[in-house]
Amino acid sequence: MKRDAAHQRLFTRRALFVGVSQVVLVSALVARMYDLQVVQSDQYKVLADENRINLRLLPPPRGRILDRNGVEIATNKQNYRAVLIAEQTKSVERTLESLGKVIPITSYERSKIMRDVSRNRSFVPVTVAENLSWDQFAAINVNSPDLPGLQPEIGETRHYPLGDAMSHVVGYVAAVAEADIGEDPMLQLPGFRIGKSGIERIQDKELRGKAGVSRVEVNAFGRVIRELTRRDGQPGEDVTITLDAELQKFAVARLAGESGAVVVMDVRNGDVLTLASTPGFDPLPFNVGLNQRQWQELTRDPRNPLVNKALSGQFPPGSTFKMMVAIAALELGLTRDHSVFCNGALDFGSHTFHCWKKHGHGNLTMAAAMEHSCDIYFYDVARRVGIDKISEIGNRFGLGKPTGIGLAAEKAGVMPTRDWKLATMGESWQQGETLIAGIGQGFVLTTPLQLAVMAARLASGHAVKPRLMHPRKGEPVPEIPPIAVSPAALAVAREGMYRVSNSPSGTAYRARITGDPDFLIAGKTGTSQVRRITRYERETRVLKNEELPWVERDHAVFVAFAPYNDPRYAISVLVEHGGGGSAVAAPIARDVLKELRRLEKLPRQPARPMAADHPSGTTRG
Amino acid sequence: MSIALGERQQEMTLLQKLRNVNWLLVLLICVTASYGFAMLYSAAGGSVDPWVTRQSARFGMGLAMMLFVAMVDLRFWMRIAYPFYGLALCLLIAVDVIGTIGGGAQRWLSLGFVSLQPSELMKVALILTLARYYHGLTPEDVGRLRYLFQPFLLMLMPVGLVVIQPDLGTAILLLMGGLTVMLLAGVRWWVFGTLAAGALAAMPVFWANLRDYQKDRVFTFLNPERDPLGTGYHIMQSKIALGSGGVWGKGFMQGTQSHLNFLPEKQTDFIFTTLAEEMGMVGGLLLIALYIGILILGFAIALRARHTFGRLLAGGLITVFFVYLFINIAMVMGLLPVVGVPLPLISYGGSAMVTILLGFGFILSVYVHRDLQIPKRPGGDPF
Repeated sequence: MKRDAAHQRLFTRRALFVGVSQVVLVSALVARMYDLQVVQSDQYKVLADENRINLRLLPPPRGRILDRNGVEIATNKQNYRAVLIAEQTKSVERTLESLGKVIPITSYERSKIMRDVSRNRSFVPVTVAENLSWDQFAAINVNSPDLPGLQPEIGETRHYPLGDAMSHVVGYVAAVAEADIGEDPMLQLPGFRIGKSGIERIQDKELRGKAGVSRVEVNAFGRVIRELTRRDGQPGEDVTITLDAELQKFAVARLAGESGAVVVMDVRNGDVLTLASTPGFDPLPFNVGLNQRQWQELTRDPRNPLVNKALSGQFPPGSTFKMMVAIAALELGLTRDHSVFCNGALDFGSHTFHCWKKHGHGNLTMAAAMEHSCDIYFYDVARRVGIDKISEIGNRFGLGKPTGIGLAAEKAGVMPTRDWKLATMGESWQQGETLIAGIGQGFVLTTPLQLAVMAARLASGHAVKPRLMHPRKGEPVPEIPPIAVSPAALAVAREGMYRVSNSPSGTAYRARITGDPDFLIAGKTGTSQVRRITRYERETRVLKNEELPWVERDHAVFVAFAPYNDPRYAISVLVEHGGGGSAVAAPIARDVLKELRRLEKLPRQPARPMAADHPSGTTRG
Repeated sequence: MSIALGERQQEMTLLQKLRNVNWLLVLLICVTASYGFAMLYSAAGGSVDPWVTRQSARFGMGLAMMLFVAMVDLRFWMRIAYPFYGLALCLLIAVDVIGTIGGGAQRWLSLGFVSLQPSELMKVALILTLARYYHGLTPEDVGRLRYLFQPFLLMLMPVGLVVIQPDLGTAILLLMGGLTVMLLAGVRWWVFGTLAAGALAAMPVFWANLRDYQKDRVFTFLNPERDPLGTGYHIMQSKIALGSGGVWGKGFMQGTQSHLNFLPEKQTDFIFTTLAEEMGMVGGLLLIALYIGILILGFAIALRARHTFGRLLAGGLITVFFVYLFINIAMVMGLLPVVGVPLPLISYGGSAMVTILLGFGFILSVYVHRDLQIPKRPGGDPF
């Protein structure tokens, strides 16, 4: 019994030891609980919220681009599409099979869908078909019981109602490139589109708007359980540009079949009413992504549909440059009565320079020389004035440097000087080259936009700059300084231009506007030669444009302003390899100005405010 | 007087036995299990399916088994201790052999109609056997070196077998339970001191023999941020759930970590996290208080028993219970590496539930037969 009692005491001691050890260990657990749930609790609460709360960006609808009268140039169109949620169907393949009976699905699309499905979690919607017609969309809705997992959706996609007539100016939107991703997190949304060229690009920030934010609760697999809060974004602003969509459409239609450009400007404020370039391109494929064949077609076309010829095309201005030469001469002290005898050719150095009229114009003063577009007269005057002075005057009229219209593709053209040639070619200037420059050939290069600016400055006497963005209400009207040329010189140039269009012997007489004495044109034709005419050809017969391959034909150029008495509009027309300025370019300018006159008299609606029923946060296609 | 009492206890009617059951312990067990059902209901998103129905059915059957075990004469259990242990050992060998043939880890033995986990049986069988062994020794013998050999062999054979399965959690449970019985039996302190020193020395060898995933768990334990998307994910999310629960919790069924599936194994090994997220530190402490109540009753029963077998059996089993809960809670709080040990009476799963309730059956049997007089060597040497 005694041993038993001792044994029990030993057991009690040992049990006490085990019990106390367990108390100590449980205390450690409690201490850890206190540490986690009281001391560090706030930190873990944040982590738990970070786990479960996701911020989802809601892209706002992109702002519209409107013309000066409120006509929609770029807008958003509903995009009917169908998405597939794999977990909602027993067999993705069977659903696709049934869908194939409703809308056509190629085997390539089918394998792409299957691949997308296998790459995503089963609750992630996979796009099955986009840009469906209303009939197809309705058919999917009607057949939805046979299409488990398929969900019809309405998204938004960019739409250009005027298509290729506006594509060069408006540009297009396309998927975000790696290099575009900046601070705006919206750009990282899948399927988001940003402006890649034209107005869409330069006004992208305004058009894009601010993204809304939706706080959603998600589970560990990323599935959205519910929306916690939602802050709507700010829709993109509408952007109004100075173009007149009607006039632009007319100009593009008038140029149809040709490779050319028409620029119309308001000489009083610089508003660009038309900035047409043909051929255009369809901006829509850029949105969805061009395929190889489409891209090659666009880039290999000799008529360069992707190039905006109105401001990226550099052409010799031909005789339209003669006003600059005349003003340079008048500024240097020659009078308007300075006369030159034209017998059809001028020997200078070892070369013979020809007039376009084989047997010459006889004796001509300055305005008459412009009227007849005599080459000999301007060879003579250019030789007297010198290339540097001519180019300096050209610069004052906006030639030889970008006009600053704001579009990235704009080219500067060339106003050659002695220094310029030495710097760029390492050769000294030849006197003969001054003569060639005197008729707007040789090194002289201008863009159609620059020619329109030149015409606008000739008409207004002010240093008008082209303006593409329509001023907002209340925006101060910018002061336009007068151009640094004597009024007398301007008057001579204007008179010459008037005679070109209105004197029966003027080169553009046949392309004058008749029956509207309040809207008389003052213009200047130009025919810029692309090839060198050989001596043999001179002696026999100079080939007509129709007899030459397209790329060797002359460029047809015409610049004008109207009405003569109270100038409001300046226009330039260029038809690449189109032939003679008087036969091809001047009639186009006349027709565009007549259309402008017609539109001027029409009552136009003021710009509409943006429709308020745009749903926020819709997806984009 | 004591003899008379002892003699009265030698033979009891069923009614007397039932009256002798420690109903407070049964109540605590039921309350704790019900707490678990509530958490399983929440983890299932407010549904008794799929977990609560099955778990409560198992609990009901386990409870009946527990009371049955409690009613059976303790001397019977003592008599079959060695055969029981032998059976469990054979089954352990069988799963290892089948596992080797089948390739890969094997813990289950399919008997066709029911699958059996021999390592669970062994947890009880080992304690039973060691208690039986020390019951037959005199206090002097306990201190002798030659009587250390057999208990160590009894303990290390099953430990070795579960380690190669590999089931580290069970191995730790067996080792801790067995060593506790030896400690309570009066084995000299120097033995434990030597063991501790030896274990430290053997660490590098032990480490070298760990499987890659086991090493990974240890690394992850030491630095959970090392691999937040891989093995560290579980413990990170578990700590976030606990910490974000705060003092009062997010409310029943309001746990974001568990309901949004950030928590792994929210109904089994990590259910304490679900509980502490929703019920807060208060809810966690309530569970710990229930556990402490059970532990106190267990130790009280061990101290109250008048025979060595009962003392060691109750003391050993209640310690196994403690090791279960401690390892599990410490693990989910990031205090121990992740080993597969469930939270006793709470975690979803049948095997552990059966083992735990079987153990309480023996503890209750010790209480019912507390005044029994059991002679020193009724069964003799196990070998």
